[in-house]
Amino acid sequence: MLEINNVYKVFNEGTPDEKIALNHINLKLEKGEFLTIIGSNGAGKSTLMNLISGVLQPEIGTVMINGRDVTKMPEHKRARFIGRVFQDPMSGTAPSLTIEENLALAFSRNKKRGFRLGITRKRRELFKEALAFLNLGLENRLQAKVGLLSGGERQALSLLMATFTNPDILLLDEHTAALDPARAELVTELTGEIVAKTGLTTIMVTHNMQQAIDLGNRLIMMDHGEIILDINKEDKKKLTVDQLLNEFHRIRGKQMVSDRELLSSIAAAK
Amino acid sequence: MNIAALLNSIEMGMIFAVMALGVYITFRVLNFPDLTVDGSFVTGAAVTAVLLVNGVSPIMSSLVSLIAGFIAGLCTGILHTKGKINPLLSGILMMIALYSINLRIMGTTLDGDVSRPNIPLLNTDTLITQFDAFVANVGLGTYGLLICLALITLFFKIFTDYFLKTEIGLALRATGDNQQMIRSFSANTDGMIILGVAISNAFVAFSGSLLAQYHEFADVNMGTGMIVVGLASIIIGETLFGKKTIFRTTLAVVFGAILYRIIISLALSSGILDASDQKLITAVLVILALVVPHMTERYKVQKRNKLRQKEWMEEKLAKKGEKTIA
Ligand SMILES: Nc1ncnc2c1ncn2[C@@H]1O[C@H](COP(=O)(O)OP(=O)(O)OP(=O)(O)O)[C@@H](O)[C@H]1O
Ligand SMILES: [Mg+2]
Repeated sequence: MLEINNVYKVFNEGTPDEKIALNHINLKLEKGEFLTIIGSNGAGKSTLMNLISGVLQPEIGTVMINGRDVTKMPEHKRARFIGRVFQDPMSGTAPSLTIEENLALAFSRNKKRGFRLGITRKRRELFKEALAFLNLGLENRLQAKVGLLSGGERQALSLLMATFTNPDILLLDEHTAALDPARAELVTELTGEIVAKTGLTTIMVTHNMQQAIDLGNRLIMMDHGEIILDINKEDKKKLTVDQLLNEFHRIRGKQMVSDRELLSSIAAAK
Repeated sequence: MNIAALLNSIEMGMIFAVMALGVYITFRVLNFPDLTVDGSFVTGAAVTAVLLVNGVSPIMSSLVSLIAGFIAGLCTGILHTKGKINPLLSGILMMIALYSINLRIMGTTLDGDVSRPNIPLLNTDTLITQFDAFVANVGLGTYGLLICLALITLFFKIFTDYFLKTEIGLALRATGDNQQMIRSFSANTDGMIILGVAISNAFVAFSGSLLAQYHEFADVNMGTGMIVVGLASIIIGETLFGKKTIFRTTLAVVFGAILYRIIISLALSSGILDASDQKLITAVLVILALVVPHMTERYKVQKRNKLRQKEWMEEKLAKKGEKTIA
């Protein structure tokens, strides 16, 4: 399904700000897998998502989707089969367009856009039906501008739009992080329901360990541009937040030890 | 101002409305401040004038101006998206380039020279003279030409309304709204910008073509300041007639263009202002239209807050009163 081979990404190469965001990453995802990714700030999670969606190109390595090498394919072409929800609720929708117009944009994602009307009576019924699933009453506000919706409503709509045409892969980058706890809960629930219903191959980045454990059937932890932990379906079922934290500390601790070793060796050299 | 002068300014307003609709597509829908307009307006006029002088039919000559404007817009769009040049600068570069190109286009009518600053169309058959003849035939009288021009403007308005509701039109609007989002829904934002700027300039060039035929004169300087006229029309229209829906906004833009012409002719005919002040009036109009809604909004908020403060004080006083009584 999705195959990331030896992907290496560096920012600001050759400057004092040089940062290796992804250090020879390998990742393979089967069809229908729901992967959650956790990791500290700057671990490279968003960079990985951006490489899959084509916002960024890797320095070395390849990205394959359905056996097809898409490493050089521009973002908007890949978007035909990749659905995305962003962290910022403002990012996933067009605010000055109405709810139904936004859905029409999502509807024509995997088709060639033409000079047909974006909204027809038949499509409107389809949109209403889909919106009703969200249980937010949006199906009665088809002509409302999306800019008027609350963050939670917009994010739920973004999620619906991203999954509307059943893309091959769904990418969620901390899509509940900007919401208040109640709204975040709602969007998390919706995510679980939609993925369960459609069986979409999904990758979700989150800082919420409980969410990472509750959702999905595989979990990886990233740190300093590397995948440091990969937990499969069976182990994930028994996983607790404490275990994860311990694992986190074990690896972090090791990092600190090696830092200390480095420092002392420098001191010794002097 | 007499009726004839009023009629005259409404007719011209109708012609400018087509240009204003084009400017609306770039400035408002695409959020792309396109300054190509001053050049492409003349390009439309020049192309039509040259074709008319060469005996091509008025309808054909007018339609070709659409294509000329479209190509000019394509260039600006490509400069910005593929050349990564800032939108304002892309427009200015094209505007400057078109000035020379327009001279060359009009120069094709000369034998001895390559550049020509103007072409008179006095004794040439144009779209306008054809309309006049048609109107006289069916006996529509004085208002006939106005009706013809109104129909043309209406066509462009309806086209804009429809286009912005098509699948491509929606993607175009989303490009002006949120590029990250619409790229994630598989739209080529570069392509959308190029297309939008091209269509906009096709409108503008057609408007220039109509104006040249109306004045029976194409001149290389007739486009100067056109962008501000377009903006003034949009802003006046939106302020007075609202912008709730696209249908409403495009209508507002058309009315704004007409109203703008009327205001200008009023100011000129009253003798207070000279023709050379026209640019100043336009600038003042745009400034007023931009600043006034802002000020009234602030005034309203202040008034509302004062009222709220008063109510709160009264409530507090009333409560105190209750307590002391108790
Ligand atoms: N466009 C960029 N230019 C320069 N550096 C970048 C850029 N994008 C990311 N980085 C750097 O690459 C590293 C990885 O960033 P990334 O956004 O992938 O982290 P993340 O795991 O998503 O973190 P967070 O949890 O904070 O979202 C960071 O050190 C970041 O500063
Ligand atoms: Mg991130």
